[in-house]
Amino acid sequence: MTTTAPTARPAIPVVDVDPFSHEVLEDPLPMQAALRDAGPVVFLPRYDLYAVARYAEVRAALVDWQRFPSSAGVGMSNFRHETPWRPPSLLLEADPPHHDAPRAVLSAILGPRALRRLTDRWFADAEDLVAGLLDGAGPVVELDGMAALAAAFPLRVFPDAVGLPREGRENLLPYGDHAFNAFGPSNDLVAKGAPRVAELSAWVGAQCAREVLADDGFGAAIWAASDRGEITPAQAPLIVRSLLTAGVDTTVHGLGAVLHGLATHPDAWATLRARPERARVAFDEAVRWQSPVQTFFRTAEVDTPIGGTVVPADRKILMFLGAANRDPRHWADPDRFDLDRDPSGHVGYGMGIHQCVGQHVARLEGAALLTALTRRVERIEPAAAPARHHNNTMRAFASLPLRLHLAG
Amino acid sequence: MDGTDRLVVREKTRAAEGVVALTLARPDGGRLPDWAPGAHVDLTLASGATRQYSLCGDRWDAHTYRVAVLREVDGRGGSAYVHDELAVGDTVGFGGPRNHFAMVPSARYLFVAGGIGITPLLPMVGQAELVGADWALLYGGRSRDSMAFRDELARFGDRVRLHPQDEAGLLPLASFVADADEGTVVYCCGPGPLLAAIEDATAHRPPHLLRTERFTAAELGAPVRGEPFVVELARTGVTVTVGPELSVLEAARRVGATALSSCEQGTCGTCETAVLAGVPDHRDSILADHERAAGDCLFPCVSRSCTDRLVLDL
Repeated sequence: MTTTAPTARPAIPVVDVDPFSHEVLEDPLPMQAALRDAGPVVFLPRYDLYAVARYAEVRAALVDWQRFPSSAGVGMSNFRHETPWRPPSLLLEADPPHHDAPRAVLSAILGPRALRRLTDRWFADAEDLVAGLLDGAGPVVELDGMAALAAAFPLRVFPDAVGLPREGRENLLPYGDHAFNAFGPSNDLVAKGAPRVAELSAWVGAQCAREVLADDGFGAAIWAASDRGEITPAQAPLIVRSLLTAGVDTTVHGLGAVLHGLATHPDAWATLRARPERARVAFDEAVRWQSPVQTFFRTAEVDTPIGGTVVPADRKILMFLGAANRDPRHWADPDRFDLDRDPSGHVGYGMGIHQCVGQHVARLEGAALLTALTRRVERIEPAAAPARHHNNTMRAFASLPLRLHLAG
Repeated sequence: MDGTDRLVVREKTRAAEGVVALTLARPDGGRLPDWAPGAHVDLTLASGATRQYSLCGDRWDAHTYRVAVLREVDGRGGSAYVHDELAVGDTVGFGGPRNHFAMVPSARYLFVAGGIGITPLLPMVGQAELVGADWALLYGGRSRDSMAFRDELARFGDRVRLHPQDEAGLLPLASFVADADEGTVVYCCGPGPLLAAIEDATAHRPPHLLRTERFTAAELGAPVRGEPFVVELARTGVTVTVGPELSVLEAARRVGATALSSCEQGTCGTCETAVLAGVPDHRDSILADHERAAGDCLFPCVSRSCTDRLVLDL
């Protein structure tokens, strides 16, 4: 990685790095620091891209849907010049006014008010999951925190909440993994998923049909909104698709992040056991600290000045959410996972009109699982080094070996 | 963001006889909360009165809002204050935006405006045009001179039918909606008799194909309590006095509460907090009326207290 400040135009720091290389995906933190330090906006010649990595500029770009719209794609591909791999999302890859109605409908369905009816059930489900792992297992239990907890819990509660049939749920994680890879360049990670794209897309598409979905879930609620004319019947299946694409992998890796943080910070675990009502804060601090969604792109609508330079119209800009969430210009001791910190304002869910519409669902899943664990587990520690799972967008774990010391 | 979010009047212009348009901005020129056609803001005037005004500007301009205010002869003084006293450079308190009159996607719209009811419909017709929908606007008023934004509507040609009552009589609602097919959504805003008439004229159609907004004189939601109140954090027993310069969230944080928040504008819902005692003054954009009335939760980034004391689960 070399950083140069050329004297010729454009007066913008040029950083020769591939953010989607396996070396960076394994540990993006050194690159993120270099990008932040290089300037408020940098140029990445590898992909002919503009990029922002500091908190202030990332946040400003996220909220500015007028000058940094999403309908040209929120990955590297510019939909104005390239055909997307699937019909664009009505939420993530849409701008006002088309974005308004799908967003309003899904915000209500996934809002804190609507989730209240799920709270008791999900807390009980989490206790049940944890009991199944720990009952009769002796004072110390070793398990893979990803498979046994971080993936198991969302896969247990979320598809039911959506109203999916049981068959085929194993397709959710590979579909999401590919969708998040597809926001990056056409590298080996995208190629790896390509053979199953048609099959997985067909399965996901089939689950979005009204007759397939249970009549009391998020999916049925989306279709009911179309009966009230709040969205069109043609929009309903694509909005269900957004739930299936963005609602699983992200929470799985958010839960992996918080389990990793708690396992490697015994003081934080002790704090959480003493004050389990901090579980939501712990989950959000983990989303800040690990930033399961690392990056998204926008496209400049017009020539847009940032930090003394101009991002030209129609050019892609890469926003490093993970780097912003560790920017020392904004956060004190940003690399520390700290339950005494107030993580409010982190951009791990994005910010502005596209801010994660499922964030309350994710926090509820986190609070339920962590609360169940605090009741049974005295101490939690790594049993071995975790293994990273490489994805062009997500910061993820393949495995997270944990050792749980049960409470007496 | 503190508990007294304010906007400064940047421009004040005559929009029609008895109607002034205000251009509002943050004192520091910063970005304003996002909105969509049909949204309104609460403005708190110098008298302490809070009034709701539909946003009728350009949402692509993130730095100013525009509202239009009709002088209400029989009003309670809010509109007279805006017309006679409020000046460029003055500030007003604001809350929102909220939207109970959102535009739903459709291939065809019929808009009916009565008088100042044009304000929420003005951005709607712009949006209908933008998305290439088929649409028409029937716009009535007492007289041509009393009808605001005629100049801005001129560009839409014969899609807009101006219908001043003193020239043309009552609005021909029945004929206007006569050929509305099942894909046509009717939006109407105006005085009560107009809303009753449009309901009659569309009574044979599915109810969700008519969307109306009533201008009520009621002070919805936000009677601002000028004097400080006490917030008790139930989990620690700590109390803190919240003066007008502080949000409940900020005050709670200052005495040690760890309250997660995100937008700090009362729109995202992250900071939802249970209310254990006291009556909240809801200023968020999230709760429905029945949820406000329940009084069992609030969003402390923007909401405040109606009572001397508020006990929160923090």
